[in-house]
Amino acid sequence: MLDLKRIPVTAWIGLVLTAGFLICAIFAPWIAPYGKGEIVGDVWAPASGQFWLGTDNLGRDLLSRMIYGARTTIFIAVMATALSFSLGSILGLTAAVVGGWLDTGMSRFVDLLMAIPTLIFALVVLSVLPSTLVTLILVMGILDSTRVYRLSRAVAVDINVMDFVEAAKLRGEGKGWIIFREILPNALSPLVSELGLRFIYAVLFLSALSFLGLGVQPPDADWGGMVKENKDGIVFGIPAALIPAAAIAILAISVNLVADWVLNRTTDLKGGRGNG
Amino acid sequence: MAKDTRPVDPSGPLLDIRNLRIEAKVYPPGEAPRTITLVHDVSLSLQKGKVLGLIGESGAGKSTIGLSSMAYGRGGVKIAGGEIILNGRDIRKGGTQGIRALRGREVCYVAQSAAAAFNPAHRLMDQVVEASILHGVASRAEAERRAVALFKKLSLPDPENIGQRFPHQVSGGQLQRVMTAMALCSEPDLIVFDEPTTALDVTTQIDVLAAIKDAIRDTGVAALYISHDLAVVAQVSDEIMVLRHGKLVEWGGTRQIIKEPRQEYTSALVSVHEIEHQEKEPGASPFLSVRNVTAAYGGGKIKVLKNVSVDILPGQTLAVVGESGSGKSTLARAITGLLPPEQGSITFAGRTLSNRLADRSRDDLRELQMIYQMADVAMNPRQTVGTIIGRPLEFYFGMGGRERDAKVAELLEKIEMGRGFVDRYPAELSGGQKQRVCIARALAAKPRLIICDEVTSALDPLVANGILKLLLGLQAEEGVAYLFITHDLATVKSIADSIAVMYRGEVVRYGPKSEVLEPPFDAYTDLLLSSVPEMEIGWLEKAISGRRMASAGN
Amino acid sequence: MSSPILKLIAQRVALGLLLLLAVSVLIFAGTQILPGDVAQSILGQSATPQALANLREELGLNDPAIVRYFRWLGGILTGDLGTALSSRQDIATAIGGRLWNTLFLAFWAAIVSVPLAILLGLLAVRYRNGWIDKTISGLALASTSLPEFFVGYLLVYFFAVKWQIFPGISTVYDGMPFLERMKAIALPATALTLVVLAHMMRMTRAAILNVMQSAYIETAELKGLSPFDIIRKHAFPNAIAPIINVVMLNLAFLIVGVVVIEVIFVYPGMGQYLVDHVAKRDVPVVQAVGLIFAAVYIGLNIIADIAAIVANPRLRHPK
Repeated sequence: MLDLKRIPVTAWIGLVLTAGFLICAIFAPWIAPYGKGEIVGDVWAPASGQFWLGTDNLGRDLLSRMIYGARTTIFIAVMATALSFSLGSILGLTAAVVGGWLDTGMSRFVDLLMAIPTLIFALVVLSVLPSTLVTLILVMGILDSTRVYRLSRAVAVDINVMDFVEAAKLRGEGKGWIIFREILPNALSPLVSELGLRFIYAVLFLSALSFLGLGVQPPDADWGGMVKENKDGIVFGIPAALIPAAAIAILAISVNLVADWVLNRTTDLKGGRGNG
Repeated sequence: MAKDTRPVDPSGPLLDIRNLRIEAKVYPPGEAPRTITLVHDVSLSLQKGKVLGLIGESGAGKSTIGLSSMAYGRGGVKIAGGEIILNGRDIRKGGTQGIRALRGREVCYVAQSAAAAFNPAHRLMDQVVEASILHGVASRAEAERRAVALFKKLSLPDPENIGQRFPHQVSGGQLQRVMTAMALCSEPDLIVFDEPTTALDVTTQIDVLAAIKDAIRDTGVAALYISHDLAVVAQVSDEIMVLRHGKLVEWGGTRQIIKEPRQEYTSALVSVHEIEHQEKEPGASPFLSVRNVTAAYGGGKIKVLKNVSVDILPGQTLAVVGESGSGKSTLARAITGLLPPEQGSITFAGRTLSNRLADRSRDDLRELQMIYQMADVAMNPRQTVGTIIGRPLEFYFGMGGRERDAKVAELLEKIEMGRGFVDRYPAELSGGQKQRVCIARALAAKPRLIICDEVTSALDPLVANGILKLLLGLQAEEGVAYLFITHDLATVKSIADSIAVMYRGEVVRYGPKSEVLEPPFDAYTDLLLSSVPEMEIGWLEKAISGRRMASAGN
Repeated sequence: MSSPILKLIAQRVALGLLLLLAVSVLIFAGTQILPGDVAQSILGQSATPQALANLREELGLNDPAIVRYFRWLGGILTGDLGTALSSRQDIATAIGGRLWNTLFLAFWAAIVSVPLAILLGLLAVRYRNGWIDKTISGLALASTSLPEFFVGYLLVYFFAVKWQIFPGISTVYDGMPFLERMKAIALPATALTLVVLAHMMRMTRAAILNVMQSAYIETAELKGLSPFDIIRKHAFPNAIAPIINVVMLNLAFLIVGVVVIEVIFVYPGMGQYLVDHVAKRDVPVVQAVGLIFAAVYIGLNIIADIAAIVANPRLRHPK
């Protein structure tokens, strides 16, 4: 099914860049030329042979910080996405199949959570919770799981009323078979492509929180935090803050390209005529 | 009225299509896009005021040819070659302006679903007169007068005011007639009717058909009448053209086509409803009895079944006939337990079945299987044919491994498909093959009763015929009983031993086939029976004059 | 306008108010989930028991949560948003001018982005699958991946630092002349526009495309109408409701985007105010501002639904 030659160029770019970021994140201590907190030069030194991306507001090597930052950013985003996804999809599928008061109750609660903009609600909660990694992951994961819940429930409700699911119910199959063998395989493609989008959202959300000073706390830094650290340089014409910001954008675009390709590939399965 | 300045060659035909070739770009899964040919060098000609019927199965290219007379291609469809000569000129050479000038003026179109083809945001009158005003055929006041006259001619209720309504305020059968009025309003030379009655109930279809036929006769307009139903086409056409896979099969006068078909395919289409089925003796006692069942949706608010009682005898077929909204599918849902009845009981093999699906024993579930109308959504698209047929074997009989595979192969033989299909996915099967796999899945459970819910309605006539024959054969072999739900009386005659006619949630007539189909009839059964198109010239006129009860839709 | 429509609208508004009430419970509850209490978190681990007890007394933390909720809600309903812990200022007074600033910024961003998005969406549909469509879609895909601060600081870097056209810090004050004020918000308004534009345009494109693929558009084509007339007479009346829906959703999105943008440009609005007080763990301010943001968000959603109700011919002309 997966023919390497048929992967479009854009998807290739996305795959290669995403893999690059992942490698940086995993092997950060071996790749980074300097330590992440090590002060190695002048404040905001320009890019040079010694410091490829220059130095930051305290004279630390920006490239090394970027590489370690990739680790923090991607780790938190992955954990939050994993949480939001498992929570949202399991509850969503269950709600669709079980129906009744369970479905109504959960769906109304999700409506309620979604009536408050995510960032605002996160800020409300973070105003009383300590800023730790676990808090961040929990807050981001739970708030974002509402989106996954909506999608997986909608997809599963559509599948649940199809005749083949009715046929399985008439046969006497249990809920487990119906959820995992009949509905899940058919709900997988929209969910997988949503996974990519949720990850991007998690990266952007975390970066925004850190940029506002409410996410990852110093001396650790993710990319959003690095933008905050270096933002004062902008008015002096020092672009150090733009580099982590650009990295976030590139990571998000790469994953987007991959998700877009996955979505197109799965809709392709239906075949049919195009609209000239 | 604007002066007609079109060049007219009085001797030539109105429409002359020569070597028409139509192509479309397709995007098959996992392959590069490619171009396929939908219509292969088809030629036809149509004289002024005549009606040509285009008939064929889905994919025969009949709609595509019809729309080509307006130089229109849906989606990625392109006219690749040939000449389309209308009123003495090749319309493909007229450019965009020329094509726009003829659409809605010289040629008008009546779609299959008028409900979708009318703009929901505008009143009907504004849409009916739009083309006439656009092309300068008439002033607004005159066009509206003409529209009202057409509404009258098409026997629409309240013709003076119906134009003030919005599309959603008018029933499907009436909308179809309004659309015909819209096509006639600008006094075109040609109207393309694209399956105009297919989406309607059979008792509504006959009214619309008669209205269309009268309108064609009285206005002298020529028409291309597209349908998959030969009996319908035969009522309105002067000539019939049979198409298959985008190629011409046979073209001739209506009488010749239905009485003396020259091609094998045509005769198959003509004789499609003629399955001889001997009614079985009603001797044995029923094993499934539905007693005084009442069922409702929406927490008891909408009653869809009222006090229904029917019996099913072992190895026999009970056909339940009715139009949409008659409650026939609801009866199936009540028997299967998907919609627990409010009152009444269902006894099965001497014991009373639990109303709710969840309370039934596995054996009860096994003995009562179901086949659906839409075979493609009745099978999980992510499972292979082998898994689909094999699952009931595993589930009910605990079969596994080789034993199951052998049984699956045996079942595939039974439905006249080979072993090679085991690893196929539903998307790789044709419509008829899909329905056969569904039959095999039901058979795998070794049921005593199979509920068949409109199992042939979505299929082309010849394929449907094959399925009916298969079902009859299996009944003879396995002794399984069928509850056969359908709106199509021809199918009923082919397969039933006893018949229940349903109307608005009630059984209005019930008994052995021979009795139900013999006079004296009750009013509704009479209406229903007299509405089924027959492959006879002049049937429509006879049927209309013999009508005793107004159509259910009005 | 008939009474069933009014009834539906009334129902929708009532539902919105109910939702807002539930949201107030949620926001209040959201600030109570801490495993210690608010006083502890405000003063930190090293606080003396006496200081903690005083603060608890002052915040009314010794009352049960439900009493505190109704006290808070009662205050809001009478226009009393409470007092900020950090500055001892009346919150309602502090918010007044900032709310106006935020709405001013959001208003101008919307004035620019809404027509632009609809125009670009129409262009993308008109030249569907052509290079204009592909370029617009590609840019849209890219810009949904851009963090707000990337867009914001790029603008600052070029327009404020390199070319010095607009100020990089958006200082506004009372009695500021209109043109000065417009110059001050030029960059944040542009950044906000860019943030919502792509998304709004993509959704507009999808909404119009959905209408253009309806069977009644084919009917219009087969009547010989010109493409312009088809869009004007047949597509537009059916596309209004979905487009209003898209616009409202994106305005809601814009209201949230304001938070980060205000911090970037140090603009004295609601977002900046909220972020400052989250950092200071000033719960009363966070609750009040959070509720205001949620109210605006819910209000925009109600307007979108009402627009859909009013534009639906089935509801306007019942059977």
